[in-house]
Amino acid sequence: MTDNPSRRRALQCMAFGGAGTLFTLSGGVLTPVALAQGAADKAPGVPLFLQISDTHIGFNKDANPDVPGTLKETIALVNAMKTRPALTIHTGDITHLSKAAEFDTANQLLMGLKAGELHTVPGEHDVTDGMGTEYFGRFGKASDNRGYYSFDHQGVHFIGLVNVMNFKPNGLGGFGADQLAWLKADLAARSSSTPIVVFAHMPMWTIQESWGWGTGDAEEALSYLRRFGSVTVLNGHIHQIVQKVEGNITFHTARSTAYPQPQAGQGDGPGPLKVPADQLPHMLGITSIRLQRHHLSLSDTTLA
Amino acid sequence: MHSLKHAFAYPLAMLLFVASASAADSNTIIIKKFMFNPMDVTVAAGTDVTWENQDGEPHTVVSLTNDFRSQALDEKDKFTHRFDKPGTYKYLCSIHPKMVGTITVVAK
Repeated sequence: MTDNPSRRRALQCMAFGGAGTLFTLSGGVLTPVALAQGAADKAPGVPLFLQISDTHIGFNKDANPDVPGTLKETIALVNAMKTRPALTIHTGDITHLSKAAEFDTANQLLMGLKAGELHTVPGEHDVTDGMGTEYFGRFGKASDNRGYYSFDHQGVHFIGLVNVMNFKPNGLGGFGADQLAWLKADLAARSSSTPIVVFAHMPMWTIQESWGWGTGDAEEALSYLRRFGSVTVLNGHIHQIVQKVEGNITFHTARSTAYPQPQAGQGDGPGPLKVPADQLPHMLGITSIRLQRHHLSLSDTTLA
Repeated sequence: MHSLKHAFAYPLAMLLFVASASAADSNTIIIKKFMFNPMDVTVAAGTDVTWENQDGEPHTVVSLTNDFRSQALDEKDKFTHRFDKPGTYKYLCSIHPKMVGTITVVAK
């Protein structure tokens, strides 16, 4: 990998890269850079944050009988980085079945992550207990139990959104009117030159309508974001990297640390994909984000 | 083993619902390949309806009108709800909202 990868090269890396994504802010645009293992250390810019997603603690089927094990490997990978990100974002599906014991295990493991403060948004697997008692009891504080919230870090405005609790029959993910009104107000006073990072569990663009891989009212949210010079939208949910760039908005989904899912529309539905054991570590990982001047760049790292 | 169980279950169900021509002769809904099967079920008031997940992926059974709600059902998990009041009850899977179903409850 070169120090200054072209967009095309970056996209290639994204497609074939590994365990996580490293985001680097560079010239106002958040650029994803695929990392070979350890390449994050050589990339230019300041490590800004780490994205981890879909840890699915509690999953125990063939596709990965040892989900805590692969999360531990992921944490070891991050902790071995020479320069560590200042904060970590978990984009949901922390647990598989929203059980208290699953959250406890996840918490215990994630506490071993030496990558700053942990920020989360829920996935639909985290809130199957209705108003999300278990999730909100642990992670609700940052948002006054709404789930969505914003904060600033190194000049970047971070916005965590919840699109897994406003499902309509036959529909996609959704934010709902209250959250959209909050988002509009949150952005109103900000200068268009502020780099924005939006994170939510489900993709904020439609990747596969029949599998619910999208957010029904995302367009409304994006209409508030378009005036900003650098917007990075980070999602999970689909357990694989899919990315697109639309104007100033870069969309990127992260890998899971638990198990891969099929490519959009391949097979019966968006369930776990069983791959040969030696291939699994190549399909699990994290995303790292770096800040270089005003530019964010992303890189994905796999466990192997 | 399965066919043995069914051999007993079906005649029993038919006995229970023989009084109501519109009521289904089965009150178990199988969740498989990201679908509720059957999607539309009619039962007599007072009937227990059971959902059984046969997918490796968890699913839920959540009423759109807050009348019933299952926990996340892992593979082989079941959820049962008794429908006492006649009416139409629509539900979805809160993990995969593309999955929808309807229970119609008719007076006994």
